[in-house]
Amino acid sequence: MASRSTASGPRSQQNFMSHRGYLYFKIAFALCLLAVIAYFASDPTPVANGGTVVGYALGTISLLIIVWLSFLGVRKRLMTSGKWSLRGWTSAHVYLGLSLIILATLHTGFQFGWNIHTLAYVLMMLVILSGAWGLYAYLSLPIKMAQNRDSMTEQEMLVELDALDKNLGKAALPLRKEWVDIVEMTIRQSKIGGSILSRFRRNPSSCGTAKGLAAFKRIQTNLSDKDVDLVADVVAILERKKAILYRIRSHIRYRALLEVWLSIHIPVTFALILALVAHVFSVFYYW
Amino acid sequence: MSAAAHAAALNMPHILLEKTDHLSDTIFKYQLGKHIMATPSQLVLRSDVGFDAGTRENTLEMWQSAVDTAGVNIRYNSEVTAITGAKGDFKLTLGDGTEILAENVIMAIGTQGNPNRMREPGGDLPFIQYQLDDPKAHFDKNIIVIGGGDAGIENALGLCADADQGNRVTLLQRAPDFPRAKDANVKALLSARDQGRMDVMTSTSTVKVEPGWITVSVNDGEERLRCDRIIARIGSAPPRRFVEGCGIEFSSPDREAFPVLSSQFEATTEGIYVIGALAGYPLIKHCMNQGYDVIEFINGNDELKPADEVLFVEKFKKLPNPNDVSGWLNTFRESISIFNPLSELQIREFMLDSDVKMFRPGQKIFERNDIGTSLFTISKGSVEVEVDPNDPSKTVRIEQGSIFGEIGLISGRRRGATIRAAESCILVEVPRSAARKLMSTVPAVKTEIDKIATERSLLQIFGSGLTPADVNDVLQTAEIMSLKSGDVLINEGETSRDIFIIRYGSMVVEKLIGGKPVFLNYLPAGSYVGEIALLDNGQRTATVKAAIKSEIIKLNGDLFEALLNRNERLKAKLEDKFRERRNLNAHIEAQKASFNSVVDLNSSVANFLVEQGLGEATDALLIDETMCVGCDNCERACADSHEGISRLDREAGVSFANIHVPTSCRHCEHPHCMSDCPPDAIRRAPHGEVYINDSCIGCGNCQRNCPYGVIQMEKVPPRKPNLLNWLLFGTGPGPGQPDAEWIKGKASSDKAAAPKKAVKCDMCMGIDGGPACVRACPTGAAVRVSPEQYLTAAKAKD
Ligand SMILES: Cc1cc2nc3c(=O)[nH]c(=O)nc-3n(C[C@H](O)[C@H](O)[C@H](O)COP(=O)(O)OP(=O)(O)OC[C@H]3O[C@@H](n4cnc5c(N)ncnc54)[C@H](O)[C@@H]3O)c2cc1C
Ligand code: HEM
Ligand code: SF4
Ligand code: SF4
Ligand code: SF4
Repeated sequence: MASRSTASGPRSQQNFMSHRGYLYFKIAFALCLLAVIAYFASDPTPVANGGTVVGYALGTISLLIIVWLSFLGVRKRLMTSGKWSLRGWTSAHVYLGLSLIILATLHTGFQFGWNIHTLAYVLMMLVILSGAWGLYAYLSLPIKMAQNRDSMTEQEMLVELDALDKNLGKAALPLRKEWVDIVEMTIRQSKIGGSILSRFRRNPSSCGTAKGLAAFKRIQTNLSDKDVDLVADVVAILERKKAILYRIRSHIRYRALLEVWLSIHIPVTFALILALVAHVFSVFYYW
Repeated sequence: MSAAAHAAALNMPHILLEKTDHLSDTIFKYQLGKHIMATPSQLVLRSDVGFDAGTRENTLEMWQSAVDTAGVNIRYNSEVTAITGAKGDFKLTLGDGTEILAENVIMAIGTQGNPNRMREPGGDLPFIQYQLDDPKAHFDKNIIVIGGGDAGIENALGLCADADQGNRVTLLQRAPDFPRAKDANVKALLSARDQGRMDVMTSTSTVKVEPGWITVSVNDGEERLRCDRIIARIGSAPPRRFVEGCGIEFSSPDREAFPVLSSQFEATTEGIYVIGALAGYPLIKHCMNQGYDVIEFINGNDELKPADEVLFVEKFKKLPNPNDVSGWLNTFRESISIFNPLSELQIREFMLDSDVKMFRPGQKIFERNDIGTSLFTISKGSVEVEVDPNDPSKTVRIEQGSIFGEIGLISGRRRGATIRAAESCILVEVPRSAARKLMSTVPAVKTEIDKIATERSLLQIFGSGLTPADVNDVLQTAEIMSLKSGDVLINEGETSRDIFIIRYGSMVVEKLIGGKPVFLNYLPAGSYVGEIALLDNGQRTATVKAAIKSEIIKLNGDLFEALLNRNERLKAKLEDKFRERRNLNAHIEAQKASFNSVVDLNSSVANFLVEQGLGEATDALLIDETMCVGCDNCERACADSHEGISRLDREAGVSFANIHVPTSCRHCEHPHCMSDCPPDAIRRAPHGEVYINDSCIGCGNCQRNCPYGVIQMEKVPPRKPNLLNWLLFGTGPGPGQPDAEWIKGKASSDKAAAPKKAVKCDMCMGIDGGPACVRACPTGAAVRVSPEQYLTAAKAKD
């Protein structure tokens, strides 16, 4: 048979970790190894610090890396033509970023104190830590988010929620006043999103739907024949609404989890750059 | 209308008969405020009625007043139902029974046709209507909409959109689901039903209509429904039957055929002239020019040069003596064999869409693996085909008068060989759409092209020094078969020895393992299948079925075997392939226990992708859901590298086994979107990109024709301040497609009233580095692939 199709199975796609056969991991690893060897091979007098030859070298490399890492923010938003791929940038970003733990720490020569130099170091570690958490999120959450979404778009979820609310309104029409009030409460008080914290909760205690559902379940235990079907309708719709609310909230939660860390990562990056400027400036000024 | 205006100007006695109560119904029915374009722009307008780009309203108003001032004798609400008689003495019968006598008839009725009418008892009651002009004009009524196509669904949704109107709407659909309607419409319909805004009855047909009531038959009997109004949207019949009823012949029974016309637009019934969309010219400017011309012809002016003369002079400007347009047209018609049967009008029409090209000896015309779907014809000179990619000195000559490039035309696949000019050549390059039109209007052309294509694909696929003489007897018995998506070509286990060549479409090969079909292989156009049985014992070892609509060349197994016995090299080549395939089969058999579940998954993934149109894709965007962080940077990148509109919708689309197929163009082998584009604005670039050029008139046909819903009709948003400004000062909306609010605010200040045009992915054609969406994905989730890269044998897995 003329099989023009050849190897490369369906799932052999590379992600940013394995980009180009872990090229950047290898580079970063080599860099660290070199740094460690240089650090212990040299004989610093009086103590290891940023002022020795090796210290300068490590400092300069670290600084360059940090500046380059920060440029990811620009690269990501600037669509120019050319052979670059953001996957490659992210790959290098992660590995080189992690290598800073070793490079910069060696650069300090373990000389910490209450000064601008250590502040820069702490800020850098903060950025790196948040980046590490982001890395974890990037690697573990997408699949969960996809499963939760199940091919629905956010818009479709909201439309469905809206449709259920309308159905609720209709199903409530023949009910008693006090029950109608509960239904209205479930429509009014089933908030999604909102404040930062509430974006992380999938089952907020204030959810009107959950409360309403519980209330109707209690009502169901003690009903006249004429109301049984009517209430059952409402309960069925509320169950569906609860499920879709859970899905929407999970979706929002995953999105938030994939984004929050950036709100540490980015501002601290700016702070770090300022601190670095001060650090470099003070080193040369007081020399 | 243009004809009548010119007749009025010449003081010819005339009457303009119009079915509706207004002029130009097709244009009248455009959506309100639609921008009308006046393409092709080089073509001069020759009409007593003006026409220029503008809105629907302005155009209609301008025409109305032009017709009024010209003193056109017009009779509205006069549908012509029959034309009898002959030149000099025609009798036209109108819908109300009136008869009108005429010497000549000009037929310019367009291609809209008439809506199908209800044929049930009571189907002529006055509360049944076939069009809904204004859904807002109906209040508090029981309305039945019949027909689950897009028109019916859109009408029904319009009627129940506003609950305050108080309409109770029921949609009746004969089929159990809605195969003819767009996905978005079906979704909207079902959600309207779920929200209780309307009722939908499927598997329901109408039985009879009485005032105030309709009786329908459902699965379990009949039901009588109240109704104050019936809106029947049950398709429309093209005007062909009516036209044929007037004695006018069409060039072929093909659905796309047009009436046979002389160079003066005269039909086979003398005295009846056919112009406009019905004659095959869908652009308004052509229609209007023809109206003018025909009146001139009837008036005895045989000297008139068609208005497109200037276009030809431009087209022929590289040729010696470009002004002799009809001389050149004749040369082409006589020198190129497939053009011989064309009339003067046909060659003219079709040359308008084609290109004339000159090549120096040795110059490359196209290269192996280029994507190209146009057909070349040789008017002068000859060309050489490099049959062996490894040895450019091996060539085969194609002589003057013949054609080449036909395989690309038919299969939509890449060019199979490099072709150079052997001497100075004059070639006519016919784009795919024009070639298809030609094949369907002139059956002789189709037969000829098919014959050449079959022979050449045989020689090309099997290679091995075969000559046309070798394959002659095999060719004699070759049959072309059409398969629908899912049709089975070969059944596992059956005995037969025929060989099949896929000439268009693609196939999937499956094998039953443990009672389940397992996906083995994907076969694109240009491959062959069936040789195992021929070389083995005649038993089919796997099932082969069509992934999409396909065409197959069937070759007689016995004759083919005789051919093999005559040609050792070919036999050896086939046997190599055969061993390769046998090994794969054996491998799968041997391992079935151990990787059943993996193979299972692979098969279902393959099936899913084929369902999603990958079977006809050349390049599709896929997103690995295990990696996508939902940052939408892909969409932003697309928007930023393309006039601010994203051509992909990441979230939309379906997923399976963590592979997500977003709403984005698949660059189909045979793009459905191309099939009905009046200015022929959708083109295929040399590397396979299907793109829309600037001549798009915004008619929305491509959007309706794309089965994957990837084309949007959009205005180009205004320019944004640059990135630096946004980063530093927060001016502008930032990267990505700006939101509607910003565009609105900005557009009103810029006074940019750009018309809506069709927008789709162009695969980042011309952008260095390739697809921006893929480059901009930080995690590597987004990839663009071709089906061959993706749909692979299970063997590749381990
Ligand atoms: C949505 C859309 C957008 C388009 N946009 C553009 C554009 O921007 N620019 C462009 O150049 N082209 C455009 N086109 C194409 C163009 O509108 C048509 O091809 C053109 O109108 C055809 O003109 P015609 O005179 O042949 O037929 P029509 O315009 O269809 O006119 C035929 C007339 O004959 C009447 N009629 C039919 N049957 C009978 C009968 N039996 N008795 C009496 N009267 C009858 C009809 O009511 C109608 O008024 C567009 C088409 C569509 C659908
Ligand atoms: C000092 C070190 C670092 C600096 C200055 C830095 C800076 C940045 C900046 C400016 C961005 C762009 C954010 C945006 O615009 O969306 C970013 C993104 C990111 N960083 Fe870092 N970073 C550092 C270290 C790290 C480390 C160590 C990791 C991982 C272990 C990491 C992981 C990421 C990831 C995953 C992204 C998101 C990529 C994307 O979505 O485009 N970073 N970083
Ligand atoms: S627009 Fe639609 S029909 Fe056209 S090539 Fe793309 S996917 Fe195919
Ligand atoms: S390939 Fe280019 S045009 Fe097509 S979706 Fe991607 S970014 Fe948009
Ligand atoms: S750029 Fe990549 S990760 Fe971001 S949304 Fe698109 S596919 Fe997903």
